[in-house]
Formats: sequence, C-alpha cells, structure tokens
Amino acid sequence: MYKNNGENLCRKCESEFFTPASFWRICFSGSQDASTDVNHLKETMAATKASKEQKYDRQLRLWGDHGQETLENAHVCLINATATGTEILKNLVLPGIGAFTIVDGHTVSGEDVGNNFFLSNNSIGKNRAQAATELLQELNSDVSGNFVEESPDKLLDNDPEFFHRFTIVIGVQLPESTCLRLGSVLWSASVPFLVCKTYGLIGYMRLAVQEHTVIESHPDNALEDLRLDQPFGEFKNHIQSYDLDSMDKKDHSHTPWIIIVAKYLEKWLSEHNGQPPKNYKDKEAFRQLIREGILKNENGVPEDEENFEEAIKNVNTALNPTKVPSAVEDLFNSEQCKNITSQTPDFWVMLRAVKEFVHNEGNGSLPVRGTIPDMIADSQKFINLQNVYREKAMQDAVAVLKHVECLLQSVGKPPESISEKDIKLFCKNASFLRVVRCRSLTEEYSVDSVNKDEITSCMDSPDSEMVFYLMLRAVDRFYQQHSRYPGVYNYQVEEDISKLKLCVNGLLQEYSLNVNIKDDYIHEFCRYGAAEPHTVAAFLGGSAAQEAIKIISHQFVPFSNTFIYNAMSQTSATLQL
Amino acid sequence: MADAEEPMAVDGGHRDSGCDWDGRWNHVRKFLERPGPFTHPDFEPSTEALSGFRLIHVVDMDTIDVSNLNRQFLFRPKDVGRPKAEVAADFINSRIPGCKVVPHFKKIQDFDESFYRQFHIIVCGLDSIIARRWMNGMLISLLSYEDGVLDPSSIIPLIDGGTEGFKGNARVILPGMTACIDCTLELYPPQINFPMCTIASMPRLPEHCIEYARILQWPKEKPFGGILDGDNPEHIQWVFDRAQERAAEFNITGVTYRLTQGVVKRIIPAVASTNAVIAAACATEVFKIATSAYIPLNNYLVFNDVDGLYTYTFEAERKENCSACSQVPQDLQFPPSAKLQEVLEYLTENASLQMKSPAITTTLEGKNKTLYLQSVKSIEERTRPNLCKTLKELGLSDGQELAVADVTTPQTVLFKLNFTA
Repeated sequence: MYKNNGENLCRKCESEFFTPASFWRICFSGSQDASTDVNHLKETMAATKASKEQKYDRQLRLWGDHGQETLENAHVCLINATATGTEILKNLVLPGIGAFTIVDGHTVSGEDVGNNFFLSNNSIGKNRAQAATELLQELNSDVSGNFVEESPDKLLDNDPEFFHRFTIVIGVQLPESTCLRLGSVLWSASVPFLVCKTYGLIGYMRLAVQEHTVIESHPDNALEDLRLDQPFGEFKNHIQSYDLDSMDKKDHSHTPWIIIVAKYLEKWLSEHNGQPPKNYKDKEAFRQLIREGILKNENGVPEDEENFEEAIKNVNTALNPTKVPSAVEDLFNSEQCKNITSQTPDFWVMLRAVKEFVHNEGNGSLPVRGTIPDMIADSQKFINLQNVYREKAMQDAVAVLKHVECLLQSVGKPPESISEKDIKLFCKNASFLRVVRCRSLTEEYSVDSVNKDEITSCMDSPDSEMVFYLMLRAVDRFYQQHSRYPGVYNYQVEEDISKLKLCVNGLLQEYSLNVNIKDDYIHEFCRYGAAEPHTVAAFLGGSAAQEAIKIISHQFVPFSNTFIYNAMSQTSATLQL
Repeated sequence: MADAEEPMAVDGGHRDSGCDWDGRWNHVRKFLERPGPFTHPDFEPSTEALSGFRLIHVVDMDTIDVSNLNRQFLFRPKDVGRPKAEVAADFINSRIPGCKVVPHFKKIQDFDESFYRQFHIIVCGLDSIIARRWMNGMLISLLSYEDGVLDPSSIIPLIDGGTEGFKGNARVILPGMTACIDCTLELYPPQINFPMCTIASMPRLPEHCIEYARILQWPKEKPFGGILDGDNPEHIQWVFDRAQERAAEFNITGVTYRLTQGVVKRIIPAVASTNAVIAAACATEVFKIATSAYIPLNNYLVFNDVDGLYTYTFEAERKENCSACSQVPQDLQFPPSAKLQEVLEYLTENASLQMKSPAITTTLEGKNKTLYLQSVKSIEERTRPNLCKTLKELGLSDGQELAVADVTTPQTVLFKLNFTA
C-alpha cells in the first residue's frame, strides 16, 4: 500500500533500496572494498552539498542552512491532488522538502486536467495521486515523491496511525466530515494540520496546531537593544573612556552616536535630578542640548558632524525604556514555563532559564542582544563599542546557560542536552519569541465553544471577509445534506439558491448567530458551482506552502488560525475561530 | 517573479477546439456563462465556446541559472544556460494543448511600438524599476488623443508584479487613465550605496570590506584582466579573499563567501511561494480584464507573509504633473546663471524624476543641439565642457524647450525652462 515511485535507485550503482526519506540517494552496497564505499558516499555528499548551496542560494539567505535542514528532514502529506493541492506541493518541492506523500483515491477526470498544471490529458482515468506525483517529482530530484491510492476516509477507518509519520498534513477540498475526523486524529497525535480550500473566487486556509514555538521570528522592524536607560557596567566604563570636550575634530566627528547620546544623557540626568527626558518638550530640549555640542569653526558656524545629526535623529527611540516585552512576560507566566518536567520541550526550558536570568543577573531585563546598528564612526570606535555589547551578550548567555543546566539536572536530564549554540540563538532572539496556539477544529465547530464574538463583531463591518467563512460552512452543510455542492450544473443554479439559503439559516440558527447574510452571497456561491479556478488555487498554493514551511522550520510566524482570500476584491483577512 | 522575466501578451478567442477534451473548461465556464451579483456592470454571460488564452508572447533577455531552479518551475537542471523565454515556451506548449507561446530572447527595449501595439494585455515580472518605467512609457506612447480626449481603444492594460523575499506587490495600470509607474515613483526610494569614505577608510561592517575589494582593489589590480563578473566563482573568490584580509585588518567579523556574492551581485533573496502568490494575483487580473467578468483590481495590492499573511489593497492616485503620463509639460526652474551641471543633477536626484543618465538636447537658431549626452563617449567628451557653462552662456532663453532622453523612458520628455531671478 505504501508505494515508492521507483525513484529510489542508488545514483552510483543503480541498485534498488528503500527508505522513506533518503537524503543522499546512495546505497551502502556490500562491495568488497569498504573504502570505495565510503569515498563513493563522501564525494557524492560533497558534490551534492555544493550543488544544493547553489540551487537553494536565494532561499538560504532567508532561512539559513539550519532552516533548510529542517525542510530536508520533513515529510509532507497532501490529501487530494486537485489544482490547489498540486500548487501547494509545487511550492514545497521546489525549495527541497525531504519527501511528500499524496493521498488521493480519485481518478483523474477531464475537468481535473483542465485546471491542474500537474496533470495531463494522458492521465485521464489514472489514479490522481499517482499522476500528480509523477509530474511534481520532475520539479526536484532531491525530493522523494510517494503516493497512496486511497481515500483519507478509508485510511482513517483502517489505519489512522498512518498519519502520525508526517511533519505536517495538508488537506485540500475535504468535505466537512472527513476534515473533522482527520483533524481529531492529528490533534491527538500533535501533527500540524493545514486545511485549504478553493471555492469559486474564495480561498480558505485553517491551521490547527496545539502549540507552535518560534525562536527566530525575524521581525521586520525590531527596536534595537542599546540599554542607554540602564547602561551595564562595561558599557558605563566604555562611555567613561570618552571625553568629548578634549577630542580633536576628527575623533569628535567620528564618535558613535550611541556614545554621544549616553554622554549627554549623563549630563541631563545630573541637571534634572536623575530624571530622563520623558515628554516631547524634554526630548526637544535634549536634542537641542546635543546640537549645542556640535563643534563650531572659528566664525562660530557649526561644523558638519553627521554623527551628531544621527544622535539627534535617534533620540526618540534611544530613550525607550528597556523592558521585557509584554508578549514575553505572558510566556513567562504560562503553564509550560512554570512547570518544567523531563518532557518539557527545549523552548520552554530555555524560556524558564531566561526568566530566572531576568529575575537575577538580568535585574529585570532580558539578556543583552549584542548587536548594534551601523553608524557614522571610525572603524576602531565602532568595533570597540560593538564588542562591549557582544561581550555582555556572551556573558548573559553563559548565565542563562547555567540556569538551563540547573533546570535540566533538576528533572534528571543531562545538562548538555540543550546545546550552547541553541541557547545563544535563544538569547539573541529573546525579545522576539512567539508561540502560536490554535483552537482545534472540534472546538471551532462545537456549538458550545464556537467563537460567536469573533463572528458577530466581524459581521458588523459590511466589507468583512467573515461572510465568506459562513458561506463556506453553509456550502459544507449543503454537501452533507445533498451529497453534492450547489449549482454545479447550470440548471441547478436557480433552484439551489433557495436550498443553500436554508442551509445558511440552519447554520446561523444552530450556532445562535444573530447575523445577516445578504442574498447576493448565496446567489454568488451557487454561481461558483464548486469551481476551483486555477489562479485562485495558485494564490492559496503560495500562501499555504509558506505557512507549511514556517511550521516545519520554526522560523517566521504562522497565521492563526483562519485565512480568507477574496479574489474578486483582492483582499484578505485573518480570523480567530 | 522570475528574474528578468518580461512581458507576456494575451490574445483569446480562437475557435480551434480540436485539442480539447470533455470537461476541460468546467472550472472556468461557470464564470463566463452565468450572471451574478458581483460581476462587472459590462459583463454579459455567454455560452460561446471557450478557448483559454491561446496566444502568448514572452520576452526575456536572460538565460537560465542554477540559482533560478528553487522557484522557476518551468526550468530543469538540463536547461541551465538556455534562454528562459525559449524553455518556458517549449514547456508550456507541450503541457497545455492548444496554447501557443511565442518566445523572444530579447530585451524589452529591442522592440518598438509596432510590436507592442498588437497585444490586448501586457503582464510584467521585471527585475528593475528602470525596465518597468520603460514599458510604462512605451504603453503611454501608444495612447491616442483626439481633441484632448483619450481614445479608450488605444489603451493597453499593464499588469505589473514584483517580489522581494516574503514581500510582493501586484498592480493594474490603465495607461492614461489610472496611476502609472512614474505616478508612484516615490514608493520606490532610490537604492542606497555605502559612502565612499566609509569604504575607503572607515569600514565597520563586513559589507564595507567587500565593497572595498570590489570598487577599489579590483579596478586597480585587474586580477583576471577585465570587468568583475559576479557570475564567475573565481572572481567572487578573489573578492572574498581580499575582503577577508581587509576585515582582519580592522577586526571586523562576518565576511563569508555567501555575503560576498550577495553584495557583489546585489542579490535579493527569493522563494517559490511569494512569487506564486503574486503571479497568481496578476493572472487573476488578466482573467478579469480579458473576460470583463469582474471589476479589476483598483489598483495596487501589497502582500507580506513574514508574520501571518498580510495584504493591503489601495488605489494609487495619478500624479497631476507626472512626467510620464500627465501630458503636462515639465517645469524646470533655474536662474540663467545656473550651470548645466545643476540641471543634470536635478534630473537625476529629484525623487519624482530619478533619471539615470539623461541626454539633453534643444533647438537653437533652428538647429538641433545636443547640450549633454553621457552614453556615447565621443559626444560625452565633446559636450562635457557645457556642464560648467551657465544656461545663459549656452544661449538658452526663458521658455526654452529642452528634450530629455533617458533609459527610464522610450520617449523623450519635454521640459520647459523657466528662468527665475
């Protein structure tokens, strides 16, 4: 039942072998010369690595070698090789996931070929999983493509644990009943589940994952961690080493703005009872104070000192008080952080260690990040200042490491089980940690726990995409009741409008939703006739694939938990349901 | 977007259904045969035989590189080195029966109005703003006005998409009617290069060390004879080695081969997913425009999936005095004592103009005179002295028309000189 696709032949001697996600595609043949075997492997490994570096260069610059490694170790399951499904998979195969398995019991129809780039008219009548696997496999020989000619319902009946092996399961164009059954199995097994649907001009995605931690969220506009409001010892000493008043012109103009702000802040504090500039008026006066420090020539005209201009420009953000972001505070207060056991994932152990640090060595602050932005300065002054921050960051990381070791020992785990490298990365990203938790599908669909507030408050806005979510739910009901989707054939459109309206009303009633859905939407959804236009499928294909990559790599932040795309208006919304 | 993948043109309506099979158009026909509450006011459902997009021209000056393969799904390792337009055409023609893609292994600038005039729609996935402005200018030049009124049949819609990492945008331009590329030039701030004094004497970042090797050491030592080729690994290795030496001198860490290559080639990270999203959004607009089934995007979509998925859709406004599409003569305000050099700087530095190397000509005593032109060495040498002359010395008068040519536009831009006190 679990077929490989005949692609698993050793690249050197072409003998067959089988492993679900064989990385190097080389056999360990029983040849006489063991050293040939090892060299055979080594040279292929080196060549493969070099060619992959080239091929994947443009994406390695986003998620790094370590991110790529997580992709290459991943095994993705796609259910239903419709246009939406194959478009999603294309965007996972190209960047080099380790393996995929398509589960699909359907045979290819003429209609399927019409909107699916990864099916051809020769495949009509063949199993859709197999046909799509062949054309998707062509995209990247590094990826191991597999297929299962079976409906997901059958697998759930006979072998639900089949799904436990996957890094993520992506279910496409699933009827509600299958979706909920599968959702429940995956939720219990802690396998992330991404549900996708293209319905007419509407795209829909739902992520169901219990807890997804992100250390490297790569925020777009992160504030710097400069500690100007509470300079640590070595930083204070470094500031002391400068005497702006006795510097020659060259040094004065090439002093980093951080030092300038620090110096003038010291002056201000001594003149204002230790109170830093707080409001706009204070900050204006502070900027003026700095401006007056600009050297003047013999005629009293201020010189061109770009570093001072930088200092003035940065006053606003530089004076931001250093504090633990509230999102991180919330994480400190969560159950997982409070109750560390031998089962606790590394993320929470490290977080707890950081929390201990904050309450001890950190004096209420997170470990120093250790990076500073570029600024006008001569090389030496800049590098020296940068090193002050770097060394403090290293010290803080060592302190955190000690807390990690204590915690691990306290639950009977070896102190080295979390590497120094991982702890350093964690400390560097301490301000940006994120945890995404989604409600289960069961919770979303249950009358007792439906998120009424989110639905009704969105529906208060006339342009909200929420109406499309409700229509998709209504269409699912229609399918349950009539075993078909509304308006598939022209003659059905008219009569199905009233039938669909009954489903809409039934839905609203069952969940006690006091909202109004205009008839226009009901008409439009009958008009769609469950069509899956390629361009809408492709938009979802890109969106869903990247969310899957986020889940696999634990880099960047996934959406939570429902995404709706409206191709008519080219708008979208993220909802929490 | 595929790097330097250039415009595609679309033509629908041919009736050869010999290559169709049952159900082929099922997913599309519902949008064309059925009336609905959200369709375009001009839409008329019809059950005419469907044909998809039958004739598409692809223009692309590039060949396939191995680094394209992580996202450009029409290309395979065996295609490396071949022209992108040709491989793309071959692939689509064999995968999609009845669709004819005609490839052109050329620059967009290699074609003139007679080529572009034949298309119903132009879609761009270009890799530079200069190229976008050129295409924008070309379609504007095709517009015809009668008694100051724009003839709608001369409008060729332009759909433009672009991406960088996890960010992208898609826009619909109806030349002469909606905001054009130049109307929103300020949305694209000019590329920032490191100051020379930093590179030459005050490096702080590994990038500064790399630029030192690239800009100062390479031209001086000419290690492999000619110009630095970013695609030549030996060249990059040389720059990398020199950059490491410089970094060691200043105790700068972080110079890597990958960073070196990125700086030298000005590499922008790229993945399959963002390009798929933007391409899909553009294709949806092509569909809407070609079928009149829905009101097209009006007119700019921004996408970002770094944190969740974010889209923002807005109407970019036309600029009243846009140098490309407003037909309003552009104003140049200078005192007669200003030097030509100042005019040149204005043309390149002004945020709304951002010209690259403008060539300025005018008519003096009934004859065409080139005031300054950079792109031809002999003319540059001959006209260079003009840069230090004042406008008065050059014989220019108040109200004088100057014609300016530049890579950013296929047509010359007319400026009117207004003397200030």
